[in-house]
Amino acid sequence: MVCLLVWGFGGLRFETSIGTGYDLSNSVFSPDGRNFQVEYAVKAVENGGTAVGIRCKDGVVLAVEKIITSKLLKPGANKRIATVDRHVGIVSAGLVPDGRHFVSRARDEASSWRGVYKGPIPTSALANRLGGYVQAYTLYSSVRPFGTTAIVAGWDSEAELAVDGQVGSGPSSGSGGKVEGAKGGGPGLYMIEPSGLYWGYYGAATGKGRQAAKAELEKLDLSSGNLSLADGVKEAARIIYVAHEDSKDKEFELEMSWISSVDGPTKGRHEEVPKELREEAEKAAKRALEGEDEEEEEKMEE
Amino acid sequence: MVAPHGVTGMLGEDGIHVDMQHLKSGEVNLGTSIMAINFKDGVILGADSRTTTGAYIANRVTDKLTQVHDTIWCCRSGSAADTQAVADIVSYHLNMYGVTNNEAPSTQVAASLFQELCYENKDALSAGIIIAGYDPRHGGQVYSIPLGGSLHKQSFAIGGSGSTYIYGYTDAHWREQMTEQEGIDFVRSALQEAIKWDGSSGGVIRLVVLTKKGAVRHLYLPDNGYTGPGVTN
Repeated sequence: MVCLLVWGFGGLRFETSIGTGYDLSNSVFSPDGRNFQVEYAVKAVENGGTAVGIRCKDGVVLAVEKIITSKLLKPGANKRIATVDRHVGIVSAGLVPDGRHFVSRARDEASSWRGVYKGPIPTSALANRLGGYVQAYTLYSSVRPFGTTAIVAGWDSEAELAVDGQVGSGPSSGSGGKVEGAKGGGPGLYMIEPSGLYWGYYGAATGKGRQAAKAELEKLDLSSGNLSLADGVKEAARIIYVAHEDSKDKEFELEMSWISSVDGPTKGRHEEVPKELREEAEKAAKRALEGEDEEEEEKMEE
Repeated sequence: MVAPHGVTGMLGEDGIHVDMQHLKSGEVNLGTSIMAINFKDGVILGADSRTTTGAYIANRVTDKLTQVHDTIWCCRSGSAADTQAVADIVSYHLNMYGVTNNEAPSTQVAASLFQELCYENKDALSAGIIIAGYDPRHGGQVYSIPLGGSLHKQSFAIGGSGSTYIYGYTDAHWREQMTEQEGIDFVRSALQEAIKWDGSSGGVIRLVVLTKKGAVRHLYLPDNGYTGPGVTN
């Protein structure tokens, strides 16, 4: 009986999975090697507000399109970008509670690293641990995968790091054998998917408008490492506005954060982009869109 | 509550001499002279080679310079058993760090691991450790972890019972940006002086020079007034 009912769904999007039984539990492979629960989790991400991250030469930017689900929500409240450690921020697209749990785990990992190594966790190591955590949620029938794709941004200090709590600073003219100008650290940007898969990116985009956002990111030639953080902020704002074009009926707020180098505006810390700067970037974004359309002028409020 | 002197591994009343009374009878003690310095191209570690059980010299050619990673080494003083165990644990964690993070651990990472172990287990340990390491980003670095488990970054560090006799000597003679040969001569003559005055130090002088070229061991014998043979690897 159930079988007959289910056959009726053939021809819909998941024709290969629905009714076969291979999509009912986590950790079950279909005969052609797919894990449908994970693929459904990706669908949850694809409905979320667009989030982007840009790795610039002197910092990293995160931006997210926060869809306003009710007029009763306080503007500027209910942040979607979280600070995980002084030098790391995370934004996610998809199920918001899953994103919050993910951030909570990230904070635990960053804190545990500090407990052992007495210093900030490298962005790559954090991404690795979070990737492992998310992957574990695809293995057991008692849990479901994360309905989020998260973008992890960080700046690994290029300055000589002290061990937390150490006393003294060694020789005044620099440690023996130190090569002048030998650089370490720098920007880090990683995107972690519901499967636990993660890669490092020059520019990352996820959520509903990811296709448009990715197309814009590719135009920026980020791999050459020329884009400055200040320009990155403007581009991130513009890309969120471009990505919003396809869901114009919904109102949204732009939320942005950044992490600069140690001698940049945020001194290596993850912070919200200052209001004035964000508004300036939003103005420029709107202008750029209007220029593209060559239609209705100044219809949007400023 | 702070335990009274003589019960735990605390500094003695003069704040300098290590109280070894709490060592179990027969426990092997590294009544020692150790040091590590920064020089122009990296760091040099040095140590005597005497291990004692009370008045008896249990080993006259001990190696107190222990490798915990490629170019991160330590000088051990205090209980031989405790410091070997701590160095083994740190060595394991540094190797794990290397493989999980695809990157050699920095000297800071080693220092923080040593400190965590020495501080959290201060009531059980009798360990005074000097950590010296070289990495291409930070260059040479010297850290000292005395008995309570505090962590001190220093230009150079001296430790062990013999170090009390060379505070003045090292303070007067250490300079920044010494050449390798100047550094070797400085460490060797300082340790020679410590060995001369400290009854718990003696035997040969071992050195390890850490630079971008890696680790090079030196050996200096008492037979010829600690002038050679020199490099042994």
